[in-house]
Amino acid sequence: MADFSMKTDSSGVATLTWNAVGRSMNVLTQPAYETFAMLIDRALADESVRGLVITSGKPDFSGGIDLNALAQLVEQEKEAPARGVFDFVMKGHHILRRLERAGMDAQNSGGKPIACAITGTCAGIGTEIALACHHRVMADTPLARVGLPEIRVGLFPGGGGTTRLTHMLGIAAAAPILLEGKMVDPHTAKAAGLIDALAEDPLESARHWVLQASQEDIVKPWDRKGYKMPGGTPYQASGFMTCMGASAMVHGKTWGAAPAVKALLSAIYEGALVPFDTALRIEARWFTHLLLQPSPRAMIRSLFVNRRALQKGAARPAQVARQQVKKLGVLGAGMMGSGIAFVSARAGMEVVLLDQTQQTAERGKAFCATTIDKAIARGRAEADHKAALLSRIHATAEFHALRGCDLVIEAVFEDPQVKTDTLARAQGAVPPETILASNTSTLPIQDLAAGLKRPDQFVGIHFFSPVDRMQLVEIIKAPQTGPRAVAQAFDYVRKIGKTAILVNDARFFYANRCILPYLNEGIRMVGEGVAPALIDHAARLLGFPVGPLRLVDETSLDLGARIARANRAQMGVAYGNEDADRVVQHLIDQGRLGRKAKAGFHDYDARGRRLGYWPGLARRYPPQALQPDLVHVQHRLLFVQVIEAVSALEQRVLSDLREGDVGAVLGWGFMPWSGGPFSWLDIVGAQWAVERCDLLAKRYGARFECPPLLRGMAERGERFYNAHSIAAEAV
Amino acid sequence: MTEAYIYDAVRTVRGKGRKGGALNEVSAVRLSALVLNALKARNTLSGHAVEDVIWGNVSQIGEQGACLARTAVLMSDLDESIPAVSINRFCASGLEAVNLAAHQAGADGAGYIAGGVESMSRVPMGSDGGAVAVDPSIAMAHYFVPQGISADIIATKYGFSRGDADALAVESQRRAKRAWDEGRFANAVLAVHDINGLPILSYDEHMRPQTDLPSLADLPPSFKTIGEGVPGFDRIALMKYPQLERINHIHHAGNSSGIVDGAAAVLLGGREFGNRYGLTPRARILATAKIGSDPTIMLTGPVAVTRKILAQSGVQIGDIDLFEVNEAFASVVLLFLQAFEVNPARVNVNGGAIAMGHPLGATGAMLLGTLLDELERADKQVGLATLCIGSGMGVATLIERV
Repeated sequence: MADFSMKTDSSGVATLTWNAVGRSMNVLTQPAYETFAMLIDRALADESVRGLVITSGKPDFSGGIDLNALAQLVEQEKEAPARGVFDFVMKGHHILRRLERAGMDAQNSGGKPIACAITGTCAGIGTEIALACHHRVMADTPLARVGLPEIRVGLFPGGGGTTRLTHMLGIAAAAPILLEGKMVDPHTAKAAGLIDALAEDPLESARHWVLQASQEDIVKPWDRKGYKMPGGTPYQASGFMTCMGASAMVHGKTWGAAPAVKALLSAIYEGALVPFDTALRIEARWFTHLLLQPSPRAMIRSLFVNRRALQKGAARPAQVARQQVKKLGVLGAGMMGSGIAFVSARAGMEVVLLDQTQQTAERGKAFCATTIDKAIARGRAEADHKAALLSRIHATAEFHALRGCDLVIEAVFEDPQVKTDTLARAQGAVPPETILASNTSTLPIQDLAAGLKRPDQFVGIHFFSPVDRMQLVEIIKAPQTGPRAVAQAFDYVRKIGKTAILVNDARFFYANRCILPYLNEGIRMVGEGVAPALIDHAARLLGFPVGPLRLVDETSLDLGARIARANRAQMGVAYGNEDADRVVQHLIDQGRLGRKAKAGFHDYDARGRRLGYWPGLARRYPPQALQPDLVHVQHRLLFVQVIEAVSALEQRVLSDLREGDVGAVLGWGFMPWSGGPFSWLDIVGAQWAVERCDLLAKRYGARFECPPLLRGMAERGERFYNAHSIAAEAV
Repeated sequence: MTEAYIYDAVRTVRGKGRKGGALNEVSAVRLSALVLNALKARNTLSGHAVEDVIWGNVSQIGEQGACLARTAVLMSDLDESIPAVSINRFCASGLEAVNLAAHQAGADGAGYIAGGVESMSRVPMGSDGGAVAVDPSIAMAHYFVPQGISADIIATKYGFSRGDADALAVESQRRAKRAWDEGRFANAVLAVHDINGLPILSYDEHMRPQTDLPSLADLPPSFKTIGEGVPGFDRIALMKYPQLERINHIHHAGNSSGIVDGAAAVLLGGREFGNRYGLTPRARILATAKIGSDPTIMLTGPVAVTRKILAQSGVQIGDIDLFEVNEAFASVVLLFLQAFEVNPARVNVNGGAIAMGHPLGATGAMLLGTLLDELERADKQVGLATLCIGSGMGVATLIERV
């Protein structure tokens, strides 16, 4: 059985059906594409065939190309990767161009109509195939999505989609679709011009279209004489402003830290100035150029392949059967507790939201109502889901309401005594098989477990703020934690649609272990007289979503100080962070606790809008006349994090490299273009990284000393990921 | 370089560079022919007296396309045997034309006409396109921002306030008015007449002598919207200058150069040329220089190119009596003053482009003529003309009276 098959009906309409063997979703592989091309050619050559409908034998149309295979293409073509990738891409262009021309001659006569019946969700190459057809009709299914999401894994549509969409809609209309990579519902897609029609039965509708299509219907605008790109080309008055603005806007929005958008914009711009077939060739050149850079391959590995593997439970104890969390208890209705209640109720669970008083518990539920209102306003949730969601959240002050909960997550005040007491009371109220969890970010799980009757049924489930937006959850395993608790935590996280990584119980777990030094390094530089703007901008230019000083303002300075105090007490002489603490203390002394106090490293207006850096900062820490090089600032901010990530792996806090990378990108937005700290080290090479560590350690102190693991790898010329076994690791 | 001398310099009056401006009805070719004819007539040159016409012109498209320089020669009273070349070094094209001519004259001793023209009302700035702003491979890699943003980066980085810029603008207007009132431009300036000899414009139309600080205070900053709003050029500026927190938008229509139409021409040549036509040299070209600099801040070129011309000529900054620094934007001149700590009274003595306007391709030649006239009037010896340039360049010319 092949992925594509074709059948011609009595009216002469051939139906080419995509039904990938052994997969729930149509994903395009190279052999399947060859079958597809062969069938297209056969239909065009067969005189009994009047026209063609391309459709799917599955509920959805296509999930796109086999990204894993694409990433490996570069390694496979070791001898001449540029030639190999370019030829591969051009082959795809020839297939779709043959489809699009459908046997027409140079005068646009002859040829057969080809329609695409999009049965459901359609992404990537699926959409690109559809765009090459003469007519696109999509099933009117509210849950179906269509789009070109390649940019999200660091690529751009390289199967002709970039060129076709730009020539079809014009630069101004096509660019946002390509740059944002949004998957949209059928109605939005039709309004945007991505598809031509909606139908209950797209196959029937497509067949009907094919039978009545005229010659005029099957000639693409760019294949006609006098074609003009909608909105103008770059050197026509209207197009000029569009292109100038696009470069600046896109460059600025991404802080220059997204290789894919640069390549995409160049393909659009250059392609708009030449005939269509030349534009396709240019698209292939930029796609090849991009794929040969390490960034997209690292992004595919971390954000697609490995993230999916983790979502499917790669790190979950396999011996424990899947468990359902039907009813969830949340202890504490503060911001975190309410957020946990919200995402759980959204996933269909019954939630008991417990706080000290009925009133405070209700306040938490009201927070959930606000959260869904915001999501509805932004089009991320359906208005009619609100009532059902809220009806699943039971606000209460009674512990006995926890009865029947499969899982109880504690999210009360970050104080060991308060947490232990609350957890003990909860344990008294639930049956013995119920798993208990803590959302602590700073306290050792093993210490909390020690206060419980059934420590093996206790686990850390660490969320990030804001809970409804952040994709990562850390599952913390203490020495006492049993496999069922870990498995339950994984099953729960999967159900709420987030990605979990398994972290052993060590100070600050994984994410905070890396983030805190990042914040402290930024603060320390303020004390040294580095311009605050340079510090935050340096981080943005690396690709971090928030600079360290702004992040400190968001998380609050008093929280930072509290963590620092506890840390100092624990570490004694090895602490070594006094320089940053002094700066923080100075701000706290002025009542500048961060955004919540409308005063921190920044000034804020009455509505809490950030204005600028606090001028007092420059008075207390005058900026050096000669500011350090951008690269120095960047390396300090970057290496403090990377060194922690490596030592977390070295000390077995992380047991899996993939979790370290995926966790970093999802957890705190670690340079997404790099695929994570370990991928980044592979990109720059261990040897170079060691040299930089040595230099930084000499100049700035012991916190930059290179972990022995990395030094050893440099000596042996090793990489974290074996270049030739991305697939093996991913499965 | 062997000796090259300036024998004469003329310019047209400048008309507002928009529809409704007085010179909007006059083509760039006609403006060019006007100054070429004036040089020929004033110096009683024969039609084939010069080797070449080197002509600065920025937007070489439409009626300024197809080698405007040659078209201008054909329209003028010069012989068809005289060739011509259009050159584009953006805002310094007119001065670059002079420098190129000076080097050729120094080599062959012959005569040259150098200068330039721009009809900004008929061929708008930017209408010739340009990859630098729109090709993502260039625009992103080199952090392209429009010039106004660059001028505001200078103000932010070097600490110039809106008040500093406005004060400079008021002074430019005051000096330009005084120069006109005292007839300081009389030797060089040409009124523009129609084909029947009827007057069209006889003064610099862009000037607003009544300008004072309060009247400027009401003007909104010109580049704030494209900087902070869409498409957000400030972000690009901050990416290139990450130590800056935000861009301070101080420039507006009143402290930036005016958009105008105009032409200017300079007659240069070796000694032999002067001897042959019985002309007396007015000044000697001491040195010329050009540099490239960061294209994002773009307009710092006058400082760098002046350092270079000083180093290369051995002249000290204190040896220079008068300066013409093009007032593209107030911050460009403020930066020059800050960098060399020269007495502001010696810089742009008779006002500049903020008051009288900046006809892109012509301005460099206008500055040189104004400089020479003022050196003679004030009986000074050494003068420097310099301009900032798009995409990050600088050009300078150092002259000495003979």
